[in-house]
Amino acid sequence: MPNLKELSAKKVRLTGGHRMCAGCGAPMVVNWILKALKDDEKAVISNATGCLEVSTCLYPYTAWKDSWIHTAFENAAATGSGAEACYRAFQRKGKVNDTYKFIAFGGDGGTYDIGLQSLSGAMERGHDLLYVCYDNGAYMNTGIQRSSATPFGADTTTSPAGKVVPGKQQFRKDLTEIMVGHHIPYVAQSVPVIPGTKYMFDLYNKAEKAFSIKGAKFMNVLTPCPRGWRCDTATELDVVKAAVETCFWPLYEVENGVYKLNYKPAEKKPITEWLKLQGRFKHLLKPENEHIVAKIQEEVDRRWERLLELCGEK
Amino acid sequence: MAKRVSLSGNEAVAFGMKQINPDVVAAFPITPSTEVPQYFSQFVANGEVTTEFVPVESEHSAMSACIGAAAAGGRVMTATASAGLALMWEVLYVAASMRTPMVLAVTNRALSGPINIHNDHSDSMGARDSGWIQLYGENAQEAYDNLMQAVRIGEHPDVQLPVMVCYDGFITSHAVENLEMLDDADVKAFVGEERKAPFALIGQEPVSMGPLDLPNHYFEHKRLQAEAMKNAKKVILEVAAEYEKLTGRKYGFFEEYKMEDAEAAIVLINSSAGTAKTVVDALRAQGKKVGLIKVRVFRPFPVEEIAEALKNVKAVAIMDKVDGFNAAGGPLFNEVVSAMYGKADGKIVQNYIYGLGGRDVTTYNFEEVYSNLFNAIETGKYEVYNYIGVRE
Repeated sequence: MPNLKELSAKKVRLTGGHRMCAGCGAPMVVNWILKALKDDEKAVISNATGCLEVSTCLYPYTAWKDSWIHTAFENAAATGSGAEACYRAFQRKGKVNDTYKFIAFGGDGGTYDIGLQSLSGAMERGHDLLYVCYDNGAYMNTGIQRSSATPFGADTTTSPAGKVVPGKQQFRKDLTEIMVGHHIPYVAQSVPVIPGTKYMFDLYNKAEKAFSIKGAKFMNVLTPCPRGWRCDTATELDVVKAAVETCFWPLYEVENGVYKLNYKPAEKKPITEWLKLQGRFKHLLKPENEHIVAKIQEEVDRRWERLLELCGEK
Repeated sequence: MAKRVSLSGNEAVAFGMKQINPDVVAAFPITPSTEVPQYFSQFVANGEVTTEFVPVESEHSAMSACIGAAAAGGRVMTATASAGLALMWEVLYVAASMRTPMVLAVTNRALSGPINIHNDHSDSMGARDSGWIQLYGENAQEAYDNLMQAVRIGEHPDVQLPVMVCYDGFITSHAVENLEMLDDADVKAFVGEERKAPFALIGQEPVSMGPLDLPNHYFEHKRLQAEAMKNAKKVILEVAAEYEKLTGRKYGFFEEYKMEDAEAAIVLINSSAGTAKTVVDALRAQGKKVGLIKVRVFRPFPVEEIAEALKNVKAVAIMDKVDGFNAAGGPLFNEVVSAMYGKADGKIVQNYIYGLGGRDVTTYNFEEVYSNLFNAIETGKYEVYNYIGVRE
């Protein structure tokens, strides 16, 4: 188990002073991923267009202590793959001595949707690159529009809860499973560090493991967005915790094709525990929408049962 | 010693790339450019280059990976055509604005729709304002020579811009021609062993590239980018002079063919110049004062020089192998006429749209154009915006 005191002493590679919203989960995720790098390792970070990108590198300032590049929305994986290819060419020619790790960060918009092709290509080609999706379940940077990661029933600005249509009418895409289908060495699903839980170091441990593996790696991290989720910044981690405890967002990893469940709640909570903490689901809790909640519960159960089977937990 | 070889345009470019031995080639196949990454991957498979070949899943990713590799400090090349170049469109601008030099071989092919795999210039002309330097070549020799010079031009400290090396699909890309290739050692000496990037993702100090740039800085950055394009004019000629010393082959912004005393001139780009030159020769034999200008450098555009070259003609036909769909004229026409304003006034100027989607361009077409020009000189009557070789 990692030592919190030692980890706290590690140098911060994404500095404060950036312009992310108060309570945004993305910088937490980034910093805990980067903490898993060894001190003598350098990083090249490719960042998809999105909140993280526009808020952390605004000319003439940068919050990044490592080399960082942004080119466009849909191509963080391809851009990173090019830099990684160049590193390999430099190594072959003896032009570089330092150890570099290649990381790409994208939100669910840049990863599940517009960047899916680029991600798939880079993973299939096997670049030595860790792609991290900070999934907050909508296009938050442009003002909370639905994505294919948005949960069923959520109220977003392009899937509004109206008089006739009660929010998003599709279940979310299971990107983690799509990445498992690429048969890359490591795929994991995680959450930010939530003190007091058994999975407090889940994110750190998985990042550390990912960096130790050569080849294409993918991590999907449920990341709170108080603006989009309509939740309180002070208690946002309770919302993420509810996602884990209701099995809406199971913590698991797939290493060389072998599934491993990293946390199994002693008692699986009903999905309302996750829904009720967020304003985007408020309309679902009205009595007339009980059938929608039941439908969501059914889908969560179906996916959870399937995962248990894959993880050999049944 | 340089050697005489018989190669297609694509082979000449691929073999040239092999001699350059870049750090990264990221490419996606598209007719008629496919052979370039195909040949190159063979060189990689046979260990004839030390390049990292990235067989991406699309042209958008090809250009994105090229930017990532160039940003990392590498010497980078790719190839595409038509829809592939169109798919790169968004990131072409990023490559230029991020000042990541690289070389992109464009085998000119018509853009969809309707889909058509044959030659015209709608692809690279569509990308003319993306901030890339554009070099055009008439044949395999020029494609090869432009490729070599492109590396030097783009990587020059005063330029730091990506360069397109354009040549006609099928006509040049697939036809086998005799040409002269440089020795490997001469190529290495000419382009240099490696790129010297002023800053890079892989380097002593970490760098952030591609920041959000708001109204208080964006304009200055675009201004600097524009200055680099201006600087490219000088650098293009310097590199050409050095290349001439090495090969004896002379390059400038454009080629003037029998222009000294020409009264009627044609201005065009790429392979059709060969056909047009035979017509110039035939008409000259009849005592007609005709000439031709073949534009090599379209970006930056040689404004002063082209106006100077046209100052003594009576009539000029500017021919575009692409339509501008502005109901007024093609891009080459607009550039040339704009260049002539105030410097070569009072001329008869005509625009001809020709050869779209691979329509055959014959000597008859050029005879007709010259005949129209003389007719205009004689009668003073003419249309400005014309099509030739199309059924109407």
